[in-house]
Amino acid sequence: MGIGTYILISLVKIVLALVVLLTAVAYTVWLERKVVGHMQNRWGPTRVGPFGLLQPLADGAKFLFKEDLTPPHVHKLLYTIAPMLALVFALTSIAVIPIGNSVNIGGLHIPLQITDVNIGLLVVLGITSLGVYGVALAGWSSNSKYSLLGGLRASAQMVSYEIALGLSLVGVLILSGSFSLRDIVNAQAGHFWGFVPNWNIFRGGQIIAFFIYLTAAYAETNRIPFDLPEAETELVAGYHTEYSAMKFAMFFMAEYANMITVACLATILFLGGWHGPLFGPPLLQAVLPVFWFFLRVFGFLFVYIWVRGTLPRFRYDQLMAFGWKFLLPLAIANLVITALVVALKAQFS
Amino acid sequence: MLHLILFLIFGTVCAAGAVNVVAQTHPINSALSLVVVMGSLAAEYLLLGAEFLAAVQVIVYAGAIMVLFVFVIMLLNAGAEERTQGSRVAWLLGVPGLLIGGGLIAWVLLNRSGTRTVEAGALPGPPKVIGWLLFHDFLLPFEVTSILVLIAIIGAVVLAAKPVTAPPAKKEG
Repeated sequence: MGIGTYILISLVKIVLALVVLLTAVAYTVWLERKVVGHMQNRWGPTRVGPFGLLQPLADGAKFLFKEDLTPPHVHKLLYTIAPMLALVFALTSIAVIPIGNSVNIGGLHIPLQITDVNIGLLVVLGITSLGVYGVALAGWSSNSKYSLLGGLRASAQMVSYEIALGLSLVGVLILSGSFSLRDIVNAQAGHFWGFVPNWNIFRGGQIIAFFIYLTAAYAETNRIPFDLPEAETELVAGYHTEYSAMKFAMFFMAEYANMITVACLATILFLGGWHGPLFGPPLLQAVLPVFWFFLRVFGFLFVYIWVRGTLPRFRYDQLMAFGWKFLLPLAIANLVITALVVALKAQFS
Repeated sequence: MLHLILFLIFGTVCAAGAVNVVAQTHPINSALSLVVVMGSLAAEYLLLGAEFLAAVQVIVYAGAIMVLFVFVIMLLNAGAEERTQGSRVAWLLGVPGLLIGGGLIAWVLLNRSGTRTVEAGALPGPPKVIGWLLFHDFLLPFEVTSILVLIAIIGAVVLAAKPVTAPPAKKEG
């Protein structure tokens, strides 16, 4: 295909991915309010539209029309940039995430992914590791003690749990032998013993890696039970205490976009990506993989919300001790054992 | 061609960021400039074809080490540094040193036309190649470096730990 067609297709894909992601962000907020509401024996949003389905639109309008307040004592430049950094890094990582095989439209072979790079997983890790700047700088530039404490907690927590998160993924990398997210999904096709799907979570003790990933991901996205950076009982609202209107909304959107990225990554790395039973007419067969993918992402997000409705918040020293003294050694042990098993298998077969 | 233009753009950003690290008076601005330097270095690696190195540069330097820099600056609440008029030694030694160093580099580059510069996309990029180099060809230096890092960590712990005088505090239950 020519360079013009390539750029056009890429642009269409980027716009589509952004629209889908932002809509998903808005409706994850709705889902969370609804599900947590039902768990707490109340209704959640009901007034705006049927089942409160238009609530995200109303919230968006409200954020846009609120007064955008800049407190007088802040570091202006960083105070303005911080929420943008958080949102930009949260949205960028979707660029390498594949949501299905490829489709053929008018003789063109279009992969369902903005771009497939051979170090896809590292790109996602790199971009999410930069996301901490938004939070840290917001905390510092606000020039308020609650924000500063929130920012400090966030940077310490995210740097600590990033190590466990990264190490938990190495087992999967050893099993699939590639950094490309597409190759990792393709390596999980088929079944073993005739009926168990060949997902990484079922292979060679990777369920431990999945547990580590799940826990570290909750800490990375600052979600309950690890939402210390915005613990409202101690820090008002943590790093975004001084923010209002759309700047606050950017942090909010960044948090949910990160949740969705984490869910997509879990689906790709551990839950077999878009593999699933295919049946019916050709059109249905083309749509089903994407449906299976989104179903798993939805399931993962539901677990996120479920945990939020269930668990209390950790104490800060507990959080650090858990990350460094339990998760990290567990991740290293899992890595060593997986490597050993793969090496022995290669030796004796 | 596009490679060269991008390379020059990121090179300029990198050099400007490096100057800005020194020129800024507030530590957090300097630290953020250093992040820009790390990021543009990663882009340069990517343009040279070392995609693994570029990703690791972003993850380790921009994403972890510089975060700790910013963390420490936030923790100490360091204010803007005071401007001094500069020491005379800096002028007496620095300017001639800079001139001599720059002249040497220019002379070597101009006279040694056989100096091998790296072609765009010629660096070992794939993780497999890097892994082979690290764990096969350069195994001993790699392991020695890891021991050096371990020594540094132990040193930091020893320096930071308070001398034990009272009996250790009871674990809370």
